[in-house]
Amino acid sequence: MAKYNPPEQSRALQWIDIIFVVAAIFLALWLPLQAGWAGVSRAIQKIDNPTWEALGQTPAQVEQWVKLGFADAAAAHDIIQNKFDYSIDWTQLVIMAVVIIGYFVFLFKASDKEYREVIDEKFNGK
Amino acid sequence: MANTASAASAPQKVSLSRVLGPAHVWALGVGIVLVGEYTGWNFAADKGGTLAALIICWTIGLLYTSVAMIDSEVTSTVAAAGGQYAQAKHIVGPLMAFNVALYLVFAYTMLEVSNAILIADTIKSYAGEGFESWHYEGIIAGVIVTLAALNYRGVLMTLNVNFVITAVAYLAIIVLFFSVQPWSQGTVLRLGEMVTPDNALPYGWIGVIAGFHWGIWYYLGIEGTTQAAEEVRSPARSLPYGTMAGMITLLVGASLTWYVCASLMPWQYLGYTYYPLLDAGKLTGSKTLEYMMFIATILAALASANGCINDAARAWFSLGRDRYLPTWFSAVHPKYRTPYRSILFLVPIALAFAFIANLGQAITFSILSGVLHYTFMSVNIVMFRNKWPLGSIRRGYTHPFHPLPAIVLFILCVVTFFAIFLGYGAQLTAMVVFYIVMSLWFHFYRYRYVRRGEQFTMPWPKPRGY
Repeated sequence: MAKYNPPEQSRALQWIDIIFVVAAIFLALWLPLQAGWAGVSRAIQKIDNPTWEALGQTPAQVEQWVKLGFADAAAAHDIIQNKFDYSIDWTQLVIMAVVIIGYFVFLFKASDKEYREVIDEKFNGK
Repeated sequence: MANTASAASAPQKVSLSRVLGPAHVWALGVGIVLVGEYTGWNFAADKGGTLAALIICWTIGLLYTSVAMIDSEVTSTVAAAGGQYAQAKHIVGPLMAFNVALYLVFAYTMLEVSNAILIADTIKSYAGEGFESWHYEGIIAGVIVTLAALNYRGVLMTLNVNFVITAVAYLAIIVLFFSVQPWSQGTVLRLGEMVTPDNALPYGWIGVIAGFHWGIWYYLGIEGTTQAAEEVRSPARSLPYGTMAGMITLLVGASLTWYVCASLMPWQYLGYTYYPLLDAGKLTGSKTLEYMMFIATILAALASANGCINDAARAWFSLGRDRYLPTWFSAVHPKYRTPYRSILFLVPIALAFAFIANLGQAITFSILSGVLHYTFMSVNIVMFRNKWPLGSIRRGYTHPFHPLPAIVLFILCVVTFFAIFLGYGAQLTAMVVFYIVMSLWFHFYRYRYVRRGEQFTMPWPKPRGY
């Protein structure tokens, strides 16, 4: 295989590439925050006039809550009653699986194509 | 390996310094990770209960033991800055290498951000009413900028500092453990009263799986030891020793941490707090232990942020050196022999996210990139063994039981993807879409500027099957 000579990249184009990469990084990190995706599905299951017993705390646990600065059950209520919802959204799960599998398939296939060129040139096609 | 001081313009050859030993490798790996025992792991208890956090600690420990075994073999053979990036380049191909470098930069930069936020939050929790938002933001900025300056100044000094502060932070866990008389349940610790049959697994086994997401935080970053490959005096010896010693240190530390915290706090509080070990110190009633854990929390976060800057900059630097990104980033400082432009470039990115994200979000970004990375590693080792079977090239270390660690790693990564889906599915999908966009950009545009054969720098025979 003939040796590949890459074109020289102008300074302006280098800067454009840097700006593109930085913008993409910011978008990938900032967009989920902005769109509210960066969070979990959970809700506070409210108990009116909570007591430690109603919150399922044993005397030993209550002692520790108090030492941690939670004077009564009402102060700890929102922490104790904040429950996760683990019901599965199958559509979202399938979309996520397809995106991840598709990504890795493309990655390995395209990498292999590039890798063959590297090996061909490195070992002079021998 | 030589690099140009300013690859785009100056011809002078300057390389990274080979000054590090196994202790520095240990300090780099454990230094990055140890903060996970001061915060983060406990959110696994939030997801699935205190017992789930222990099951996850050991199961994810298995994942990371596989990572350390695989990494030790490949890195002791492919000893180049960029760590897994250099591995991917030589074993899978350029596009994979580009993606791996992005995983590394994302994982470490977001981890650095998490550490800066943790330090500010910890100080704020003790500061009282006079503590205003500019104090908080000033601490975050001060941590990131000061540590970047330290990294700029030289790798030896950076990792010497890391060795000392990591050792102190680890010692604090040991001191706390023995101070609470672990041999005498009921004196200080009350495991049987905190973890009961009713609350051990409050969400059942689905909670255990969901907790895998945060379980990653027990050990995330241990694989960063490989980033020092080009700066250690003897990669074949130092990298496996440093990495495996680091993993053993962390498994012991994680188990002690769980035992102390689980014995002192109700699971709901354990899953809620940002400072489980600091709270454990507080709950002993000893002001000395409380202040010791306060200082240790800050030291652990400093060590982690310090190591993260080191690793992220080397991954970014490697991308520039191979022309995957503009060569401007491949500059090595002529005096300090550090990838100074890459170090400086990542500072504003870290600062920006430290100001807009909260701790949980920043940790999640880091975890997402980490799991993508480990998935690659499980396939990478199989390809490595197939392309260069044992005996065909000299390996610094050969890991046993192949392909069992690769299979275990792959299965646990799939489970962890599902765990992330249970809390952050849309965010994971969005991040993968980002990697797809970047891959298309690289494959169809950027790769034209990359020299082909020159990317392969190892003195190996042609891979089998090519």
